Amino acid sequence: MSAILQVRGLRKAYANGFEALKGVDLDIEEGEIIALLGPNGAGKTTLISTICGITTATSGNVTVGGHDIETDFRAARSMIGLVPQEINLEPFETVVNTVRFSRGLFGLPRKDKIVETVLRQLSLWDKKDNQVKELSGGMKRRVLIAKALAHEPRVLFLDEPTAGVDVELRKDMWDIVATLKQSGVTIILTTHYIEEAEAIADRVGVINKGELLLVEDKTALMARMGKKELAVQITAPIDTIPELLASYDLTLSENGKTLTYTYDTRAERTGITSLLSAMSEAGLQLSDVETRQSSLEEIFVGLVHDGKDAA
Amino acid sequence: MNWAAIRSIYLYEMSRFFRTLLQSFVSPVISTSLYFVVFGAAIGSRIDQVEGVSYGAFIVPGLVMLTVMTQAISNASFGIYFPKFIGTIYELLSAPINFLEIVIGYVGAAATKALFIGIIILITSFFFVDITIQHPLAMVAFLVLTCISFALLGFIIGIWAKNFEQLQLVPLLIVTPLVFLGGSFYSISMLPPFWQGVSMFNPVVYLVSGFRWAFFGLSDVPVLASLGAIALFTGICVGVIGLIFKTGWRIRE
Repeated sequence: MSAILQVRGLRKAYANGFEALKGVDLDIEEGEIIALLGPNGAGKTTLISTICGITTATSGNVTVGGHDIETDFRAARSMIGLVPQEINLEPFETVVNTVRFSRGLFGLPRKDKIVETVLRQLSLWDKKDNQVKELSGGMKRRVLIAKALAHEPRVLFLDEPTAGVDVELRKDMWDIVATLKQSGVTIILTTHYIEEAEAIADRVGVINKGELLLVEDKTALMARMGKKELAVQITAPIDTIPELLASYDLTLSENGKTLTYTYDTRAERTGITSLLSAMSEAGLQLSDVETRQSSLEEIFVGLVHDGKDAA
Repeated sequence: MNWAAIRSIYLYEMSRFFRTLLQSFVSPVISTSLYFVVFGAAIGSRIDQVEGVSYGAFIVPGLVMLTVMTQAISNASFGIYFPKFIGTIYELLSAPINFLEIVIGYVGAAATKALFIGIIILITSFFFVDITIQHPLAMVAFLVLTCISFALLGFIIGIWAKNFEQLQLVPLLIVTPLVFLGGSFYSISMLPPFWQGVSMFNPVVYLVSGFRWAFFGLSDVPVLASLGAIALFTGICVGVIGLIFKTGWRIRE
């Protein structure tokens, strides 16, 4: 696969000296879904805005499908669709007109068939003649997506597509993203919901304070960074952790029946074998053993936290 | 040039105008009629004639200019300020179009609207007074150029404005006084010499004078000076817009 989007040393500094992006490098493969994860104010939106032409970069360069976004902006932008974070829509315009306008802005001939396909794909066809202001919040968000898809882009940016959206609508949005991926569109979405990245992304980038801390395959990231927990159920409750097990990082549950051991999957020796034999030596009868993978959320909090410590 | 995109912007802006067609036409027609009642009938009955032209007819060019200028400014400034205000400007900035194309689309639409309304007022005034247009081509040229140049100014104001108050500020504080003091309702020669001198610094004087010449063949300043003034004014506006384009001022900051 070749990189459809290449970001090199992208910096954005504002007049007041604030550095929103501190030299970002990023390669995005055609057809993948990448989630940029980061807290509010991390620079996610600035990164997207700079790539899409809404703000200008201080230095660095970006190419989309090999076209530089400054010197060859027409070709580059023609490939990009942008769904902004805020619901920026003209309230009195009808759904179909606003989508047609978006297509027109890209200099494309009016093709009602394409507009219809996009509106149907987003379940907006029966609302096409409604004014935007008559729609619910979730529908307005879908209108934004329809507008972004009206010129059949190959790369779609979704800036916080599910911010302030209820659970059901969020699942809807994930389905839409999955369908788009099937149609071959490369998707870059930003989110501060970890479960979102976990649910739909192929790769995850973590961004904080204008720096891209890492970009990695989602499962690899979780495997590499993940801590695992081993929960051991014992038949007879105990009050304290036996002396023999004192050297292990164990916590005892309140009812005295579960011992939890946290270990690092990256470590050469996880210590599970010796722990289990030490347990039987201590005379504990085991009734069940369970392991649990830490979520992206914990990885993320760990990363952002480490970043703060380093600063 | 992405002409298809320019066409899209132009038609989209015009559709807003046609959606509110009645308001767009009724209010200028009513206000023009009121001007005729007040200036033409009430005051005009005591003024009789200005340089051989009946006062009622004399104010027609000024009246058309007054409306065209304010309409061009308000349409163009609102046209570009509105997307900034509701956030839809992101679409313009992320589309494969350059700033010049955006300007042509918005300014073209605003100028067209102003032209429409100017023509409506002209037609309305035929019901009140007898007018003959001595130089119809020059009349159209002055009208169109004024629409375009003031729409350019309006576009600059719309980019500059950070809120609705600022959007009103320039038209209210600068343009309206300039228009009223620009000889719309009187001949500059009626002023004391000092104020005649001051008036020569008012660009609107040149526009109104040239436009009036196209009607009656009489003017406060030479026609070529009028043409020069409107060219200079347009040039300045284009220059400022070019600068905005280069720096991304208040758009891509």
